[in-house]
Amino acid sequence: MAKMNITNRDGEQSQIDAEVGISVMENLRENDYEMEAICGGQCSCATCHIYIDDDWVARTGTRSDEETELLEELECMQASSRLSCQITVTDEMDGLTLVIAPDE
Amino acid sequence: MDQTFVIIGAGHAGGQAAATLRTKGFEGRIVIVGDEEYLPYERPPLSKAVLSGDLEVMRTFLKRETWYDDKNVELRLQTLVTKIDTANKSLTLSDGETLAYDKLLIATGTRVRKLDLPGAELDNIFYLRAISDTLAIREQVRDGAKMVIVGGGYIGLEVAAVGAKLGCEVTVLEGLDRVMNRVVSPEVSEFYTEEHEKAGVKILTGVGVTDYEGANGKVTHVVTADGAKHEADLVVVGVGVIPNFELAEEAGIACDNGIVVDEFARTSDSDIFAAGDVTNHPNSLLDRRLRLESVQNAVDQAKTAANSMLGELKEYAEIPWFWSDQYDLKMQIVGLSEPDDDVVVRGNIADRKFSICYLRDGVFVALNAINAPKDFMVAKKLVAAKKRIDPALLADVDTPLKEM
Ligand SMILES: Cc1cc2nc3c(=O)[nH]c(=O)nc-3n(C[C@H](O)[C@H](O)[C@H](O)COP(=O)(O)OP(=O)(O)OC[C@H]3O[C@@H](n4cnc5c(N)ncnc54)[C@H](O)[C@@H]3O)c2cc1C
Ligand code: FES
Repeated sequence: MAKMNITNRDGEQSQIDAEVGISVMENLRENDYEMEAICGGQCSCATCHIYIDDDWVARTGTRSDEETELLEELECMQASSRLSCQITVTDEMDGLTLVIAPDE
Repeated sequence: MDQTFVIIGAGHAGGQAAATLRTKGFEGRIVIVGDEEYLPYERPPLSKAVLSGDLEVMRTFLKRETWYDDKNVELRLQTLVTKIDTANKSLTLSDGETLAYDKLLIATGTRVRKLDLPGAELDNIFYLRAISDTLAIREQVRDGAKMVIVGGGYIGLEVAAVGAKLGCEVTVLEGLDRVMNRVVSPEVSEFYTEEHEKAGVKILTGVGVTDYEGANGKVTHVVTADGAKHEADLVVVGVGVIPNFELAEEAGIACDNGIVVDEFARTSDSDIFAAGDVTNHPNSLLDRRLRLESVQNAVDQAKTAANSMLGELKEYAEIPWFWSDQYDLKMQIVGLSEPDDDVVVRGNIADRKFSICYLRDGVFVALNAINAPKDFMVAKKLVAAKKRIDPALLADVDTPLKEM
């Protein structure tokens, strides 16, 4: 388990015990956060967009080219943008803080 | 008294609708009745990562079992609804029980179209719709196994790609003159055919399958109309699906190649809603009615249906989109192309990164992005806006789509 601090689309903050070994997206989905994630983690849809807290960006790995290309066409892309299905939760991510990006 | 909302079909739309009802604050009883043995799950990985062994079955579940307990959503799995009695607002289940509903959502999806050919009863002839199918196919997939795929659509080709990767000798038999005939342009068909051939897959087009031959109860050959016999240790048939609307039709609900719903997912019965592959629905962005087989449609329409069940009407109208993964090729599809559309190639096909744009009377109506996710993202917006774009501009890769 790793604690994860989440700000949802309404700006409300909450914390979950995230399961290690599955993606951030799967954890958000299991906990009913509003986010589409239509392709189920195939890096095909860009509907699982989140912002990673600055302190955590380096610790959540780097984006693949594919992921970057999808993100770059989103209107709300920021430097800290990630597709949540592309980050696998590890024990080291205990305390990960993120914001769910708006639907577009 | 609390209301009871019943959902028929524990698939993608059914699972999504239950989740939306609860997140929207519905506190009444929710019962999902489904004939499969698994929790509601996503099907796309069944012909991709689950088949290849890269994704565990459990990770296709929309929610874990604990979610249903926590949210008080009752699951009646391995149970078929055999009758809808609209006058008494109750359902008959395969175990003989009846279940009363205040509001009902029908999300029964589709079933595979079966080929009723001589020899069809032989072992090792598979279809692919459910987890159980993927697991059964996987058991027969081994290095050197001869795999014959009947039908060169998305699912057949995805299975072919996984089969080739796992060391099978794969042959694809397609009845029409090219693979993915109904959904992509000849350029895309040709490109994918070459990619499959590079991976060692044999693709034969314009061949009709006439029968199966076997020995000791197992399939050994697939026979085609030209008399050829294709050796097979296993056969996977992917020749389309049929919507499961008979239950609704027998109950007197309006049906026409699917359950007829309006833009709010309402059927002809005011207490009954429908969502997903089974619906014939209007789309104001496309100015027509259609039936779709896609996750995007299942999810978005399920949300609309859940809202409507709660009395909140929100129109469902999205430009359809879809994806297909074969080898390292990611195809993303926006809109619905038609055979008569004008086709513009954007990029160099030989680079394995390009898009095919479809224009109808000058209007940009659809796009297939192959390893070109940027084009996919922008095309969603351009197609929705019914943009007229100069074909010469579309063909110019140095001009980003978003500037058009
Ligand atoms: C192998 C495969 C790959 C796919 N790949 C993609 C892809 O890459 N991208 C994409 O967008 N889409 C893909 N699809 C399509 C997508 O999975 C479907 O569009 C989606 O599942 C539709 O959801 P649904 O809820 O309408 O139907 P389903 O998910 O089929 O659910 C319907 C459920 O209802 C049950 N049912 C039917 N009748 C009854 C009854 N009388 N009583 C009880 N239960 C009943 C069925 O058994 C089924 O479990 C794929 C499908 C398959 C099979
Ligand atoms: S879920 Fe589709 S890209 Fe992440």
